[in-house]
Amino acid sequence: MSELLQELIVDRWAYACTILLLSVGLYGIVMKKNLIKKLVGMNILQGAVILFFIQLAYKRGGTVPIYDVAFGHQPEHYINPLPHGLMLTAIVVSVATTGVALALLVSIHRRYGTLNEDELLRKLREL
Amino acid sequence: MSHQLPILVPVLLLIGVVIVPLVGSRRPAVAHRLTVALCGACFAIAVALTMKVLRHGPIHYALGGWPPPIGIEFVADPLSVFFLLIVTGIALLVLAGSGPAVTRDTPGRTASFFAITLALLLGLSGIVLTGDLFNLYVFLEISSISAYALVSSGDARSGVAAFRYLILGTLGASLYLLGLGFLYTVTGTLNMADMATRLDPTAAPVHIAAVMITVGIGLKMAMFPMHKWLPDAYTHASSTATALIAPIMTKVSAYVLIRVLFFVFGAAIINGALPIAKTIMWLSVAGVVVGSTMAVAQTDLKRMLAYSSVAQVAYIGVGIGLATPVALAGALLHVLNHAAMKSCLFLVIGAVEPQTGSRNLSALNGIGRKMPWTFAAFSAAAIAMVGLPPTGGFFSKWYLVLGGMAAREWWVVTFLLVSSLLTAIYFFRLLEQIYARPTPDSSSIEDVPLALRFPILILGLAVVFFGLSNTRILDLFLRGALPPGMVIPG
Repeated sequence: MSELLQELIVDRWAYACTILLLSVGLYGIVMKKNLIKKLVGMNILQGAVILFFIQLAYKRGGTVPIYDVAFGHQPEHYINPLPHGLMLTAIVVSVATTGVALALLVSIHRRYGTLNEDELLRKLREL
Repeated sequence: MSHQLPILVPVLLLIGVVIVPLVGSRRPAVAHRLTVALCGACFAIAVALTMKVLRHGPIHYALGGWPPPIGIEFVADPLSVFFLLIVTGIALLVLAGSGPAVTRDTPGRTASFFAITLALLLGLSGIVLTGDLFNLYVFLEISSISAYALVSSGDARSGVAAFRYLILGTLGASLYLLGLGFLYTVTGTLNMADMATRLDPTAAPVHIAAVMITVGIGLKMAMFPMHKWLPDAYTHASSTATALIAPIMTKVSAYVLIRVLFFVFGAAIINGALPIAKTIMWLSVAGVVVGSTMAVAQTDLKRMLAYSSVAQVAYIGVGIGLATPVALAGALLHVLNHAAMKSCLFLVIGAVEPQTGSRNLSALNGIGRKMPWTFAAFSAAAIAMVGLPPTGGFFSKWYLVLGGMAAREWWVVTFLLVSSLLTAIYFFRLLEQIYARPTPDSSSIEDVPLALRFPILILGLAVVFFGLSNTRILDLFLRGALPPGMVIPG
């Protein structure tokens, strides 16, 4: 068990950070009562996934994936550009989702005057 | 020309997404006509594509001329054209008759509503056609974001329902993406066919990825116990949005599950170290029972149909979880049947609501005599939901039960039959109200306008037709659509 922990924290600390961020995001989504905070939790979760992909691309000592005469055609000297490209798309998706969510929250707040889930449920029941 | 057919559907819809709000902002009627025309064109392309694929085998299209696995690939095989036909066909029928309903439900925003429906269809058709796992994620989110917007266009409570759907849907998509990251790490590819040849069935990351993707897509598919968003979303969305989303949205998620589990992972992984197929099966069995039981307890018509959707999607999940050829064919057949019957039922409820002014069960008292044609179709769909011959619902459940017996899962078979009885309770109660109860005298109810009655009747006939021609559908589509290595005897 302690070996596993050591590997996770010392050698793979970046993954440990991803796990931490995922947990924080999930906690926000599940436990927070304020809808804005739920949305923030969702964004942290998406950020964790994005950072996870960026870690995959990283190589120790690797440089930007632009052809360099010093390194030549050896791929191990360049970091992998594909996860970055994918995450650019994922960020766009995340921005669009957040935009729709914020628009929904504005219309909810306009109608009910609150973003607290408990109060909202009470007002919905009275409707 | 014919090898470009797969890309033509999403491209046409994408053009529509841009043009419809431009043209239709002043004249909503034009927006509606344009949308229906685009859906019709897409359905025609889907039919042409289907004939080509069934005759000459799968069609591959490399986007931008980059050959796979480097570039993104569109693949039209029998499974994807089967779903494409369902998506475009249902969209055409639902949207064709719903121009007045959309103008009534979302006054002043008709053009935006139709533009978003086209974006939804763009996402769904992209999902079923793409051969690239990350591209699938993008299309999944296009369709989901459009669905959140469509759900929020309903009654006073729809905003909250849409927000809850958004949070859970995004959580599901994030889990899918995380699982995809694991798969990319161990294989270095995103192309489905390429990845299927590179996966190591004993590697731990592959198993973890399979679990994450299953849970993520399970959220989108409303698999029990992750179905909580569905009843609210379907109940409070506008009638047209529900009639469009309910029949096809969760089914396309089921497609993703079938595609990823059977075509990418394969039987060795989903029945391997972690019993993924078995878990899906038992969760779905629970979903069938809980969904049907909750549906019996509802008094709101739309909410009742929404809970019955939870149960019917779970039937599809049972077929996926059993993972035998006959059960999987039953699941696919149920996708087709349920799409036809649910869109018919939701269209009728949506058409009746403004006339009776209520969604309560009692609003349907004696209405069968006022609207004979509409409720003939409604009854056909209701009988299919219960699963009585000769409607399609009987045969898909029959194949599921046969698959369950072949896998010797007697409890599964028992629960499927019990759930059919529960379904019979709430639909026969409904039919008794529609035909046997006296009509309230004061009501001035007229039958649905012809433009809407026509699609409803087609869907009602389709439900019976799918039942009568079930062996033809099986031979023509489903034998070829099954994953490699799965063959239906006979």
